[in-house]
Amino acid sequence: MSVTGIGAAVRRKEDFRFITGKGQYTDDISRPGEARAYFLRSPHAHAKIKRVDVKAAAKMPGVEAVLTGADLAADKIGNLICGWMIHSKDGSPMKMSPHPAIAADKVCYVGDPVAVVIADTLAQAKDAAEAIKVEYEVLQAVVDPARAKTGPQIHDVAPKNTIYEWHLGDAKATDAAIKSAKHVTKIDLTNNRLVPNAMEPRVAVAEYDAGNDSLTLWNTSQNPHVARLVISAFVGITPENKLRVIAPDVGGGFGSKIFIYPEEVVCLWAARRTGRPVKWTSDRSEAFLADAHGRDHVTHAEMAFDAGGQITALKVHTIANLGGYMSTFSSSIPTYLYATLLSGQYAIPNIYCEVDAVYTNTVPVDAYRGAGRPEATFVVERLVETGARELGMDPAELRRKNFIKSFPHQTPVIMNYDAGNYEASLAKAMELADVKGFASRKSAAVKSGKLRGLGYSTYIEACGIAPSQAVGSLGAGVGLWESAEVRVNPTGSVEILTGSHAHGQGHETTFAQLVSERLGIPIESITVIHGDTDKVQFGMGTYGSRSGAVGMSAIAKALDKIEAKAKKVAAHMLEASERDIEFKDGKFTVAGTDKSAGWGDVTLDAYIAHKFAGQELEPGLKEGAFYDPTNFTFPAGCHICEVEVDAETGATQIVNWTAVDDFGVIINPMIVEGQVHGGIAQGVGQALLEHAVYDKDGQLVSGSFMDYTMPRAEDVPSFKVGVTVTKCPSNPLGIKGCGEAGAIAAPAAVINAITDAIGTEKISMPATPAAVWAALKTSPLRQAAE
Amino acid sequence: MPAVSMTVNGKPVTADVDSRTLLVQFLRENLRLTGTHVGCDTSQCGACVVHVDGKARKSCTTFAWQVEGAKVTTIEGLARGNELHPMQAAFREHHGLQCGYCTPGMIMAAIDMVNRKGNDLDEKTIRHELDGNLCRCTGYHNIVKAIHAGARAMKGGMRQAAE
Repeated sequence: MSVTGIGAAVRRKEDFRFITGKGQYTDDISRPGEARAYFLRSPHAHAKIKRVDVKAAAKMPGVEAVLTGADLAADKIGNLICGWMIHSKDGSPMKMSPHPAIAADKVCYVGDPVAVVIADTLAQAKDAAEAIKVEYEVLQAVVDPARAKTGPQIHDVAPKNTIYEWHLGDAKATDAAIKSAKHVTKIDLTNNRLVPNAMEPRVAVAEYDAGNDSLTLWNTSQNPHVARLVISAFVGITPENKLRVIAPDVGGGFGSKIFIYPEEVVCLWAARRTGRPVKWTSDRSEAFLADAHGRDHVTHAEMAFDAGGQITALKVHTIANLGGYMSTFSSSIPTYLYATLLSGQYAIPNIYCEVDAVYTNTVPVDAYRGAGRPEATFVVERLVETGARELGMDPAELRRKNFIKSFPHQTPVIMNYDAGNYEASLAKAMELADVKGFASRKSAAVKSGKLRGLGYSTYIEACGIAPSQAVGSLGAGVGLWESAEVRVNPTGSVEILTGSHAHGQGHETTFAQLVSERLGIPIESITVIHGDTDKVQFGMGTYGSRSGAVGMSAIAKALDKIEAKAKKVAAHMLEASERDIEFKDGKFTVAGTDKSAGWGDVTLDAYIAHKFAGQELEPGLKEGAFYDPTNFTFPAGCHICEVEVDAETGATQIVNWTAVDDFGVIINPMIVEGQVHGGIAQGVGQALLEHAVYDKDGQLVSGSFMDYTMPRAEDVPSFKVGVTVTKCPSNPLGIKGCGEAGAIAAPAAVINAITDAIGTEKISMPATPAAVWAALKTSPLRQAAE
Repeated sequence: MPAVSMTVNGKPVTADVDSRTLLVQFLRENLRLTGTHVGCDTSQCGACVVHVDGKARKSCTTFAWQVEGAKVTTIEGLARGNELHPMQAAFREHHGLQCGYCTPGMIMAAIDMVNRKGNDLDEKTIRHELDGNLCRCTGYHNIVKAIHAGARAMKGGMRQAAE
């Protein structure tokens, strides 16, 4: 390992600009003559739009245009789409409703845009929006996903508000196994609805170049190329070659910035209509109503055990709330990113899962950090922990007994796990967490009126998303490969162009570490370029912990080609056979001789092209690659949470957190640990604090940071983080991915710890002090004490 | 439109602004000092923290006219050329940032914390004092480490940089 190569905790190259205030986020971009956009949003969850009168607003000072859904339709701007087709059990396709960027006939959630004002200043736009008169016919709202099927129908295409009734696995065999089981653990779970809340709100800046009839969009995107494709090919704003999308520094995404949203479409359209650059910056309160939410499942699940504690079957029924419209990837989250992970780390012979996806009059729901996998882990890990308690077995022992121990392992739910060692991560976590000493810590806690509990979460996830053929067969509208281009300059410095996009992950550093290791050049000589469709030809972006396993594999593939070409150049320079050229630590040598050439000499010669004839070898040194993975990757690990619950107040304090993860090969341990920390905090937020709450009329009650409890520094502990390593055999670098693990593992660990402490399983997320206190009142523990 | 005058990062500035103009808008839009960020609209997240006469202040809930005549320091005013303020250096060294969006406010709040509480800050104090700053990326673990180290490093000087 060199000081800047693979495995080194290199300090991040990108940090200087961020710590000195010189980052360039989308809101930092201002175009000459720009106007500001302000969206008038529906105050009703479900209503018909009878009339929109913009006359008075259009005459207000500074107003450039007031545009409505009718204008959008007149200009033939297409609908937003969901790009993953799911078929119901009966073979019928999912029921995707039309989703105009500005509602024309009806509104489907509080926050649905009904008009946009384009004005010289934001204050003028807001003032004018107040003068728009919208006449609504308010309809009864559907809010609770569990009752959506019997509520008033929201979209004509979807009777009973049902998008699909999907299933996976073998129903008959699973039912039979449950019937003949020694013990069946049953559980009802709510996976609480969350608001992603990246600290940077979404922003779009659109500019029209009339001379070339082309448009540029700067936006807060995790995948600018996909945005460009969808906005061109489906929404039909302009042909792909006439649209440039730039996602500069992006302040966190967590999934919420994957999707193609109404606002960026409207800004592009309005910029061309008005001839002025148009900028929209979301307020935080607006983000609560306009950014896709996450999770929101209602689940009943049953796990069957034989007399020895072996799991024989798992049966799951989930209602997934997809909100008022189908967001870009919403259909895939509660299906192929959820049910396929229900085997967890266990050899379960029979699994059957049914998922009913429904519309409700709430903000659309889509991927949020983990996306389907936290929901799956929560089901499996709550069942295993509860099952152990019901069977009177040690929860670690029950897990160990059921772990998959040989690889590859084909689960009954599509996935083929390629590598792992679940016993190793459990054992290491138990040691780091001092599980042996827990009993004495618990007795000590009792003396100060605290109930101490310990909870495990041995999670698995599928990352490295994804083999294009495989996801294509499951309904994906896109391939999920990644691209890279390596441009070597005459002086030997290198630019890496990647289709991955960084919004906190530190790609500028880790990607440079890979190149430094391979080419033997300092990381200062390597620049990583991403997020601009004019520079990077195409790419699929960053989500699903895919940039290491897929994005870096593409770079590795392009580097192979660079090395091969550079060897040819070196062979000419050193007057040797190409076969005899060896390349190591930035130096080309002729095997068995003392002849050598440095990296910079060869790169210079590639461009001067004096030593070889053009018909033999092309000048220059630039190579590209597309890497399509051969399988998903399967990061897994064990998180152990230890809590103290105040029996008087119900307040939970996390007193210890141990995480041992297997991410395969790690490029930069400092960055990986940071990803784990952040993921855990989001998972703790879900378990203890966060909840997007709607009232019966579809008003978002927790709609600002005043009401929606974000984890703060005092809500989380310092984390003990360790790793075990099994190399991933499915990509050239052995990487599995680490971005979502914490958020996937954490909720089950927290709830398993709390239920251990309070002696009842009857607690749902978020486990607020009030909820824990109420649960304690029904606990046998409390009743015994009284 | 009232005229406002203040000193920002050592430079005197004057402008005519709408009386509704917030300090953060004045910094970002009039002065193009875009290092100060806006992460919420309820004064909860702290991405907008700057120093006014040496004390931390949320610039999203301060009108520009309220700081008439004051000395304002933003994240851009901390480093001296390429020489980072010790707190900035500590955030880089301890990986106290990921997406970087909350970072300017975190660093400004952290320096203020040291100015108020001294150079030897324990974990409990740091976590408590970070009550006004949200980060969604780091889980706070490395921010706490960075502030602990940055506070100690500030003993060596540049404490006045923020004043």
